[in-house]
Parts: sequence; structure tokens; C-alpha cells
Amino acid sequence: MPEETQTRNDSDHGESHGEGAPDPGEVTMTLDGRTISARRGEVVIKAAERAGTYIPRFCYHPRMKSVGVCRMCLVEVSGPRGSTLQPSCYVEVADGMEVSTKSEKVKKAQDGVLEFLLVNHPLDCPVCDKGGECPLQDQTLAYGPGESRFIEEKRHFEKPVVLSDLVLLDRERCIQCSRCTRFASEVAGEAQIDFAGRGEQVEVAAFPDTKFTSYFSGNTVQICPVGALTASPYRFSARPWDLDQVESTCTTCSVGCRVAVQSSLNRLTRILGIDSEPVNHGWLCDKGRFVFESVNGDEVSGGRYEGEVRETGSNLATRISEPLVKKDGTLVPVSWNEALRVAAKGLLKAKEAGGPEAIGVIGGARLTNESAYAWAKLAKGVIGTDSVDAQIGDGLSSELVLSLPRATIDEASNAEVVVTLCGDIREELPVLFLRLRESVVAHKTSLIEIAPCPTELTKFAEAFIAIRPGDAPAIAGALTRDGRLDAALSNHPEGAAASADALGIATRLLASTGTDKERGRGRRVVVVVGRQSMAEGSAPVEEAARILARELPEAKFLFALRRGNVFGAIDMGLAPGLLPGRVELDAGRRWFEAAWGAVPDRRGRDTTSMLMSLSGDESIEEGNEISPTRALLAIGADPLSDFPDRALAVAAIDRAEFVVAVTGHRGELASIADVVLPVAVSHERPGTTTNIEGRVTRLGHKVVAPGHAWPDWMIASELAGSLGGDLDVDSVEGIRNEIANLAPAYLGLSNEVMSSSWARDGVVVPIDVNDESVRSNRHEVLLVDPVALPGVDSVERQGAPPRVGSAGPPVAESEEPRRDARDPVEVPQIVGRDRRDNSSGVTGFQTPPADSYSLRLVAQRCLYDSSSAVASSPSLSTLVSFARVRANGYDLDRLGVKTGDLVKLRSARGSLVLEAHVDSQVPRGVAVVGFNLPLAASNGSNGSNGSGGAGGARDDEDGVINAVSMLIDASSVVNDVRMESL
Amino acid sequence: MNHLSPEIRARALEIVALYPDARSALVPLCHLAQEQDGWLRPEAMEEIAQIVGVTPAEVRGTASFYDMIHLEPVGKYVISICTNIACLLRGGEDLLNHAQSSLGIGVGATTSDGMVTLEEAECLADCGRAPCVQVNHRYVGSQTPESFDSLVEKLRTGELSDSIPPHGTLIRVRRNVGSR
Ligand code: SF4
Ligand code: SF4
Ligand code: FES
Ligand code: FES
Repeated sequence: MPEETQTRNDSDHGESHGEGAPDPGEVTMTLDGRTISARRGEVVIKAAERAGTYIPRFCYHPRMKSVGVCRMCLVEVSGPRGSTLQPSCYVEVADGMEVSTKSEKVKKAQDGVLEFLLVNHPLDCPVCDKGGECPLQDQTLAYGPGESRFIEEKRHFEKPVVLSDLVLLDRERCIQCSRCTRFASEVAGEAQIDFAGRGEQVEVAAFPDTKFTSYFSGNTVQICPVGALTASPYRFSARPWDLDQVESTCTTCSVGCRVAVQSSLNRLTRILGIDSEPVNHGWLCDKGRFVFESVNGDEVSGGRYEGEVRETGSNLATRISEPLVKKDGTLVPVSWNEALRVAAKGLLKAKEAGGPEAIGVIGGARLTNESAYAWAKLAKGVIGTDSVDAQIGDGLSSELVLSLPRATIDEASNAEVVVTLCGDIREELPVLFLRLRESVVAHKTSLIEIAPCPTELTKFAEAFIAIRPGDAPAIAGALTRDGRLDAALSNHPEGAAASADALGIATRLLASTGTDKERGRGRRVVVVVGRQSMAEGSAPVEEAARILARELPEAKFLFALRRGNVFGAIDMGLAPGLLPGRVELDAGRRWFEAAWGAVPDRRGRDTTSMLMSLSGDESIEEGNEISPTRALLAIGADPLSDFPDRALAVAAIDRAEFVVAVTGHRGELASIADVVLPVAVSHERPGTTTNIEGRVTRLGHKVVAPGHAWPDWMIASELAGSLGGDLDVDSVEGIRNEIANLAPAYLGLSNEVMSSSWARDGVVVPIDVNDESVRSNRHEVLLVDPVALPGVDSVERQGAPPRVGSAGPPVAESEEPRRDARDPVEVPQIVGRDRRDNSSGVTGFQTPPADSYSLRLVAQRCLYDSSSAVASSPSLSTLVSFARVRANGYDLDRLGVKTGDLVKLRSARGSLVLEAHVDSQVPRGVAVVGFNLPLAASNGSNGSNGSGGAGGARDDEDGVINAVSMLIDASSVVNDVRMESL
Repeated sequence: MNHLSPEIRARALEIVALYPDARSALVPLCHLAQEQDGWLRPEAMEEIAQIVGVTPAEVRGTASFYDMIHLEPVGKYVISICTNIACLLRGGEDLLNHAQSSLGIGVGATTSDGMVTLEEAECLADCGRAPCVQVNHRYVGSQTPESFDSLVEKLRTGELSDSIPPHGTLIRVRRNVGSR
């Protein structure tokens, strides 16, 4: 991809480029008497910073446009008309420019600016959350006048203004730098806050009776240079100098934003974004920022800000901290020994009855890579079952994910064209949305959106193509052919014409990229592929992806899978048919047999197939050589709430002979399993994680897990022992080195490499660690700017990688993969290394036609859903909305239904009563319901009204937290519903 | 569903069309909405936001900068009394004090019958007729305490309703600025 962005790497403090012809991209200027070189077009403050001179600032933020409003950064610039004071954040460098940052004039200006800022500032530092990490405090001390002449009364405001459930504003502290308002409009694209008033009455405000509900609101708190904006989960809970910090990666979704995790007294207090050039640019979404509360395990009551100060440590209300075993129908706490013994006994019994394949393993997409590897080794090497699936029937085929060429986030945001064929990225992968939005808004990238409803990006899209479930392959075909839909789709309810224009535009756009034969078709196209609806099987989008890959052979892909480490889990072999390191079962058999002793004979089942088999569904066993699944090992996954088809999950769990739940949080499955094993969750164990790009980064270990919870790998290892096997692992480092020696796509990614400075922003696998260019091909690491991300650097790092520049890249000699022992066996081929096999498997898929009385169901993911992490985070749990159904007015009018009316949705599976909303953005013939959202109690009796309801549906639907899953039949490619008015 | 009347909305769309960037029409549209309601209601701000393509918070942000745009209800007549230097020398402050006591309200308040809101103003650019008074942004010439009382009386009885329209009516946004 574009060299400019990938390889900007002139590392150190702007040293000049040696002799030779002057670089046209550089200018030479004088800074405080020194000659420095700067990049043409950059602002003086940045050039000075790279040259090692810090200029104080408040409003300037390296990731936003300069506005020059605070005047703190004034410097003296000499020009033809003498020297003048100019804002260094706004003035671009020029050849021969002479800048002074320390002259008398500058000093006087700084004194004046600070004295003015403090005129109306309350100076309540002792009770202010920012005290100790406050740019205003720090810069006043360093550059301020020392005393003030102001003796009058200061401004007073009622405090705080509750901008949202998460963000509070103390107006008197605001210095009007406009960082927060600019973030809201420029970066997040939703100016829900703006300045109101004039003069000394200016305040940041949301519109009356509306809230600052942006998914990115927490960033404004982080970048506010004073204590004006505070986040309700942190407000009054700690002092910065009492916090411990470790660098880590957010694993709430698969974007993998870099974070600083801070704690006090073994209790997580705060998560801040770290500026990682290739990934998050310092930004986080609110879910990633605040979901740490679930680790603390506080009682979830109202959750809203009440000014309360929470206790220290973990108080376990929502956590599981002891092993539990079911005795006489109730789960009782037992010792680890007993729990492991009972678990092993139950699993062995199933194995005796039906062979190793009788044991199914579901989950593992939220673990560290090391733990995922340990579970894979346990399942495939020790137990011998290949029925292992980290995805819960809600993702994409792992083989497809591995076989198509993967893009990086940078490649996507620098692509000529981005095609999105996935759910709403803002809801699923929020910071990827920010990255894409930035380049689409700046017209760097043209966007083709293929989605059931418009999104926040639609108004910037070159073409928006409305799609119903099942139509993806036809649309992909039309796009890469002539822009004309098949006859089958000409009855598209929106009318073929509506989408035809968009299709035409999109087709021409795609055809014009890389028309140059040499460059190949689809070059500089990135396609984001993901499930658009949980009520639609994965087959249509997978088929569409294969068509796009075949027709645009140079295109690259990003897969919108949401769970934090789902890519690591797939890479570690937690998927049917795969072994660690992106290797197919057969390809890797000899290699892994040599290392593990044994691997499964044949490909196992995926989650849907396991659940169908457990539920006794005969149809799945037809033509299937594998014996039926009898027992279930669920690793941090709860099919009862996460699986799209509730009735199937319930039937499966009810009929399962034995269920082991390995989890850190309470949940439905953990309340009925035979054995519950408590695990350490995020921030409670070290390791590595792999993001959507295949980027491997380190996870920090900040707090101690509660009670007797263990890290997953340890449980896997002990369970292996109880099952009569041996995982032969004894530490995270040991596992990591084993992966580095064994897993083909991860070869060489040892501890030493992962903790080296050049790998700080992560390493996109597979790489050749011994290739010097890999190391030098790293991103520019921004110098630490305490004012850009206040709080991040004000406390010490613990166990974090060494800082860039402090040491050269380590030489990995001692870590050369030790392949000699296995030598006759060749390293197996990584899936997808060979481009030619990518398009294989285009199957000529057909979508069943829709009947004209039914609506095609779309179950869309939302950021704040009933997942256990959100549900057990007091501040986020209140943001979860109730399930409702949105449909086009055309369809609702026919039934005489208005917004707010209750309607009954009836599918082959069951029925649900939901509130209806008229939404003209939803195409005709489609009903949209949020996935994994609870039912509003006011909807009255639900579900139990007889119809459909495949075997085993319970009477307790009131407690159902994933309402729409009661309508979905996972074995059907599309799900249609009838709507009735009540 | 629209808050703005069809006529006002049509005019709003005409004004938007005069600018290369719809956002530039924000302030004139605030005045138009104020002509309809006498003040700028939240519903109007929401509609303006939608017309010019910004958020309601941004409309409020801009509107709150200007004294001539009212974000709270005002009386049918807004009386502005200048107390800037020329008017001060000619008794502007005394006039303001008199107005407060005779109307029985403080600066910024509205009489209980909803007829009059009293404002203290900076120089209104009519220093030649100090102390200067405006009603709904129309000059009513130099005033004394006595003439002020009769002015208020005439406003209340409707005697001046031909020359002074209700608050919010501006001639300027009705002109075809820029389209000539
Ligand atoms: S609230 Fe903070 S970020 Fe926003 S303008 Fe005020 S000081 Fe700046
Ligand atoms: S976008 Fe994903 S990785 Fe980034 S902060 Fe949000 S949840 Fe975490
Ligand atoms: S004016 Fe330059 S940092 Fe604010
Ligand atoms: S000073 Fe009153 S109008 Fe000028």
C-alpha cells in the first residue's frame, strides 16, 4: 500500500538528512538559534517538537485541525516586517523562517495568556480530578507568571452539568479550548455539544433536553486539558498519582485499540487511549473505555451518576470467583481439585460413549492467544475432537477469513475505494468507523456501501446500495459485471431502479480502479465483509466475498468479526478444520502430530452443527460421519444469549449430557451448567492478542483476579492432566515461545520479539522477524505529548515494553525457531498464502424468494447490547435499549401501524411483541430488530402464545435478554416474519 | 410535522439557496423563526438545523451569541434603552431606572401581561437623539420619563401596531439579499 503512510519512519528528533541535494519535502529554518529541518506543510509547533523543543499549548491536538484559539503557543517569528508573535500551532514552517520560543516577548505573552486563563479559573485543584495530570496546572507552573492580579469574584456555575450518563461538565473550569467540541464535530462527526453563550458566559452545552450520546464521548474527557469534563465512572474515584498503569490492548472488539490501563488498590479505575499510529490514533469508543467496570464486578443498580464513591477491590456481585459443581440440582462451591475431577469425569463419560467427537468446544474468542492455544491443544491434541468453534454461529467461515488477503486498517483508510458489505461498523467496530470516516470525509477514499439501512457514513458514500438478506451474491455479481441486477432481483421491493443508479455508479467506480493491466483489477480496493444480520446465514455474504475476490483479484479484505480476540482464536486453531498458525487440519497433520502427539482424524462441527446435534436434530447427522455431540465445553461463551437461535440453544443445552462453563461472569449458562470454572478476565492476565488486521500486540496484566479464578491456559493445562493427558505448558511465556516455534503464521514471534521496541504498535503476522526491513518498516512513533493525551504519561508504566529509542531491536538469535527436532517434516503451508486458491468455492448460491406477505428479518448488532460485559458494567448497562422493530412506512401503513404501536412478529420459530417504529430508511419488505437486546416489560406477554416454538422453549421469556433470537432459525439462510397489529 | 409555517419555511428555503454553503443561512433563518414565534423555540432550532445541515446544538451555539435572537419567550414588544456614553450623558440611565419602576420589572424581564420586555442596550447608533430607545428594533426617538410612559400606554392599547409590528419581525430577512 501507499508507501507514504506505511514507511514514514524518520525516527529521531528531526536530525537532518546528511549531505546531498536538499529534499524538496523539507525546509530549513532556525529555531532558537539552531538550524533545523522541518517538513514542508507542517506547523511550527510540530516541527519544534520533533526537534526537541516543546512549546506550551492547550487547544492544539495532533489528531485534529489547528484552530489557534488559546494563544498559549505564541512564538516570535521574524519576517521581512520585523518580528511578530504568532500562534505556532497555526503557522506553517517556511524556508529561512526564524523562530524564537524563549524570547522576552514570548515569555511576556505566555505570562499574559496564563494570567487571563486563570482569571476565571476556580483553581480548585485539590478537589479536581485533573489535579496532578493537568496541562493547565503543569504549564502554569512551567510558563506562568507566578501570581495573579485578579482580586474580583470569579464565575460560579451550578455543577456539574450532566451532559450524558457518562460525561459531566463543571463549567467554571473550562478554558474554552474547543477540543471537545471539535472532537465531536470533526472526529466523531456528530456535534451534539457546542459552545453556547458569549464572553465570560461561554459554556459547552448540549441542546436542551438532549444528551451527548455519542459512542465516542469519553474521548472528550480524555483530551480536555483541564478538569472541566469528567467521566462518571472515574469522577472522584482516585488521584492520578495513586494510579498504577500498564500498557495494553482493548479486546472489547477486534479493532484492538492501544490503551493505558490504570488501577488503584487492585481495582481498575480508568482506561485511556494511547496513540497508536496504525490503529486508534489515541481514540477509544465508550464501550472499550468504560467496560472495565465489569471486571470490578460491582453491583449493577441504577448505574447512573449519583456521586457515589465506590469501594476498593472487586466486590464480586457479577463475577464468579470459585469453582462450582452441580449437586442435587444446585451449583455449590467446591475446590479446584474436585471441580476438575468432576469436569474430567463428565467429559470422559461422553468420550467413552461417543468417541472424542462427542465433546464439543464452543467459544474462546475473548482470550489471550496463549490461552486460546492451550485450549486448542487440549481439545485437538489431548481430547482429540475437532468440533471446536470460537465463533457462535454469528461470524464467518474461518477458512474464508484466512484464505482471502487481509488488509490493514491503514490500507483501508488509504484505499482508493472501500466497499462495505457488513453490519454497521460504528456499532460493531467503532474506532474502525472513525478511521474510515476520517478518510471518506477527507475524500481520500471513495465508499461503496452495501447495507440493509443507511449508516452514519451514507451521506459521504459515493454509492449506497440497499440490500435485503440473501441478496449479497447477486449484488456482488452485478457490481463486478455490468451493474445490472439479475432477473431474480428485479423484484427487489425498493424497485430495481432505486438501487440501479447506485449500482451503476459503484460499478463504474470499481471498474476505474486499477484499470491499468499491469496493476491488476481491484488494486487499491478494500472490502469490509461481515454478517449484516444475525437472522441471515453466513452463506450469502461469504459467497459475495468470494465473487468479489475472484473478480477483483487484487482487492484486500477486512472481516468485521466483533469479539475481541476472535482472530487470535482462529489463528490458534479454535475453529473446525484448523490448527494453530493458520494451517488446515490435513496440511498440518504431520507437523502437529510430531509436536502434540496426535491431532483429530477429520474435520469437526461448527457451533451451529454442534448445537443441532446436541438438540437431537436428526437432519444434521444425515451423511455426517462424525458421531453426535453429547457434552459441551463452553469457554467464555454463552450460546443461550449469544447464539442467534434461542430455541435451538435452549434445546441443545437442555439435552446436553454434560456442560462445563468456563467463565468469569455470571450468566444464564453459568447458572445451569454441570461445572462452572472461574477464569481471570481482561486486565487480570498477561498475554498477546491478534486484531482484525492480524496485528499481534501485548496485553497488560494490571489487577489480580478475584477469589480462586485462574487464567484460561492454566485451567486447560490442569484439565488436560485430569483427563490423563499433558499440555506440557507452565507459563504464558512458555506458551508464547511454543507458538513462536510451532504455529506457522506466528513463527519467530517470541517473547523477545513481542517485548522489543519495534513491536510496540504490534506486528502483523505472518512476518519474517529476521528480515531487517520488517523492523525498519515501522510506523513513526509519536513523541509523548502530555497535553495531547493528559493522564497517559503522568504515572509510571509497569511491565510495559521499553520506550522506542531506548534500545535497538533485539537480535532474536537464541529464539531462532527450533525446527531441527522435527526436521524431516516441512513447515506446513499457511492458508491463503497462495492467491490462486482464493476464489475457489464460489458455489452458485441461490436465495429463496420472499413471499409478499412476509418481511425479511434483519437482526442488527448494536454497540450496547445485553452481552455480559455491558450488563455488568454499571455505567453502560443503562445505555442498553429495548428491542423494537423498524420497518418502512409502506409496510406499516398497510397494517395501520404507527410509531409506538405494539405489533406481533411471528416466524416459524416463535412470536414476539415489539414496539414498531416507522423508518423510511429501512427498505420495503424488511423488518429490522436489534440483536441481543432485551424485551421491554411493557410489551406484555410474549413468546408463550403457542405458535411455532421449537421444542424446549421455556416459559420464562420475560428474562430473555436477546429477544430477537426467539424468532431466528439458525439453519435457515434467511428468516421471514409476518407482522400483525395488536 | 414541520414547526415552521409553510410560508416561513418556503422563505427559509429561498434564503438557503442564496448561499453557496447552506450553513451560512443559519442566522437569517433564526430571525425568520423568531418572526413566527416572537422568540427562537427549540422546535424551530431543530428544524433550522435540519434545513442547513448542522446539529441543533450548533444552531443554539450560534444563536446564543447574538442579543437580537431570544432563546426564551419575550413580550410582544421588546423595549431597548441605551445606556452607552452619549445616552448616559443625556439621562439614559435615569430613563432605564424610571422604566423599571413604572413597568414594575427588572432589566431582562417581561411584564405579567406579556406585552413588554425591557432591555438595557449598548450604543444603538442613534446618539443624535439620545437617550435612545428602540421598540422591536424600531427607533422611537428621544424619550423622557413622561413620554416613555405614554409610549408604553400606546403600545398596550395597540395604537402603534401599524408602525411597530410584533417582536421578531425584521425587514432585512425579507429583502432579496444577494439575489439581485
Ligand atoms: S470543556 Fe475542556 S475540552 Fe471542552 S472547551 Fe472546555 S476546556 Fe476545552
Ligand atoms: S473500537 Fe473496539 S478495540 Fe477500540 S476501544 Fe472500542 S471496543 Fe475497544
Ligand atoms: S493557539 Fe496554538 S495551541 Fe492554542
Ligand atoms: S450611545 Fe446611545 S445610541 Fe449611541
